[in-house]
Amino acid sequence: MLNYTIRRLLQAIPLLIFISIILFTILHYMPGGPLAPYMQNPHITAADIARLKHNFGLDRPVWIQYVSWLGNYLKGDWGWSTMNSTPAKDAILERLPATLELMGLSYAVAIALGLVFGIIAAVKPYSLVDYFVTTFAFFGFSMPVFWFALMLQMLFSVKGFHWQAFGYAFDYSFPSAGMTSTEGGGFWDRVQHLVLPVLTLSMLLLATWSRFTRASMQEVLHTEYMRTAAAKGLPFMRILLKHGLKNALMPVVTITALSLPGLFSGAIVTESIFAWPGMGRLFIVALGQQDFALLMAYLVLSAILVVFFNLLADLAYGWLDPRVKYD
Amino acid sequence: MAYVTDALPQPVLAPSYDDEFVQERHQTWRKFKRHRLALTGGFVLLLMVCGAVFAPWLSHFDPNAIDTHWQGTPLAPGQFGHWLGTDEIGRDLYTRLLFGARISLTVATFAVVIEVVLGTFIGAIAGYYGGRIDGLLMRLTDTFLSIPLLPLLLVLTGIVAASSSKASLNFSSIVLIIGLLSWMNVARLVRGSFLSLREKEFAEAARAIGCRDARIVAKHLLPNAVAPIVVQATLDVGNVILLESVLSYLGYGIQPPVASWGSMLANAQENITIAPWAAIYPGLMILITVLAVNYMGDGLRDALDPNIQ
Repeated sequence: MLNYTIRRLLQAIPLLIFISIILFTILHYMPGGPLAPYMQNPHITAADIARLKHNFGLDRPVWIQYVSWLGNYLKGDWGWSTMNSTPAKDAILERLPATLELMGLSYAVAIALGLVFGIIAAVKPYSLVDYFVTTFAFFGFSMPVFWFALMLQMLFSVKGFHWQAFGYAFDYSFPSAGMTSTEGGGFWDRVQHLVLPVLTLSMLLLATWSRFTRASMQEVLHTEYMRTAAAKGLPFMRILLKHGLKNALMPVVTITALSLPGLFSGAIVTESIFAWPGMGRLFIVALGQQDFALLMAYLVLSAILVVFFNLLADLAYGWLDPRVKYD
Repeated sequence: MAYVTDALPQPVLAPSYDDEFVQERHQTWRKFKRHRLALTGGFVLLLMVCGAVFAPWLSHFDPNAIDTHWQGTPLAPGQFGHWLGTDEIGRDLYTRLLFGARISLTVATFAVVIEVVLGTFIGAIAGYYGGRIDGLLMRLTDTFLSIPLLPLLLVLTGIVAASSSKASLNFSSIVLIIGLLSWMNVARLVRGSFLSLREKEFAEAARAIGCRDARIVAKHLLPNAVAPIVVQATLDVGNVILLESVLSYLGYGIQPPVASWGSMLANAQENITIAPWAAIYPGLMILITVLAVNYMGDGLRDALDPNIQ
């Protein structure tokens, strides 16, 4: 197991280097390259550009630039963000917690609901719940995320709830933007700001995961060890959750890890709609400003996280299924 | 407990080999027909295609013309013959939705064609030759799968937009960029089927009579790997429609004034309080189209997969 972990970690290194080479090359061909923001400034002459190019070492061959970028990256220098005039690393890491909060909560909500929906649908196939789950899943992954977010904003923020009954008036609307109110606000305020973005982002995952859990659980329900467990007279919930779920989880673990790149994409959209101060929104702004270092830092960091979680999923496999041999 | 008895093995009927091919094709259609939602999906999609093709004849408005009655606020549905209203600068929404269908459907079709050709090519080489080439190509596939797609697409479209002007982000560059970055799933599928197909007797027989590799791949292996490719391609049509819409929504896709469902939504967001209809309909069109495509893909999967009876 330890050997396997180490070997997989070692395999991840060339993969990440490969990814960074591709990303570096692509970004390098951005017109103007890292100096693009200066190109549009009329006060900066061609001679200045040439001088900057030389100072930043941009007149060297691409591969040398890449090697020096890699060296700096490993040393913790992720380049200079021209947009913020700060190191790119600070700009990204400052936004990372907000994104992780959003993504982590969406992940948790989607896992919890996806498992519950999927299991119920599998246990009672062709029941009302099953039809609901299946239909919901199809709608979920056929829906443009940003439109779903817009509709949520329209219904719950712009329109809000206005009820009147028995002499009581109830007025509430969810905040449509930001992480907290402008005056700050405590825990409850943050929760209110989280509801709509988390709903948006978890919808994307929930659709796929509930369908996947259903399929996987149904397969497990028909196995002989489940029949044996039932024949032994074990209580139903115990058979379902102990013997069934653990086996049904295996493909689900894989799909949750594979969903991560999609989650980053979803977070970009969700964050820009709900003005969530995370990495994704920073990325969109950096794209408009052609901030080379920030774009590169974002792309590489998300790739590292994706590779890392895929590795974690592979290791979780061994924990769930002792038959998997790591050698 | 009902689920336990369901597990009894199904009797396997011996297939008759006369007219197997005709029978199989007949069966595929019969199974697809049985999937009512898939059939509905196909019908809806057909309607969308008709709407896109005959767009100029289905509306007497120009998609880019500003209504003379427009006075700074979007016209509500039903006013001055705009039965779905107008957008924020007075262009007929219904007409723009029809023309938007042209963009979505053609971008999706062409991007998926590129993706399938590229993916099949890479997957076929990897699966057929195996060994080092396979290892190398699969690492390449892993590499692209590990980079979140949307940011990468945005960076590439951003590059095209910056290299001359935003207007250079036209139809063909969007199609090319999406197509070149979404071949990975097809490649994996094709590789998987080729790895097992190349060991089959008929492939060996073809090799034994001295067929060239290209012929074996194209004539013997590929026809046997078509079913999963078709299913994946159908589902990817839906994905590409979603991708194009989100790119256009963020301003890095089809550029205005060309009507695209995604860019229509970007404009509608600012006016969501005064003209909610402009934000509802384009998204509804995307949802309906993608839903239709996905149900069709699901039906095709059931119909083409020999393991599902």
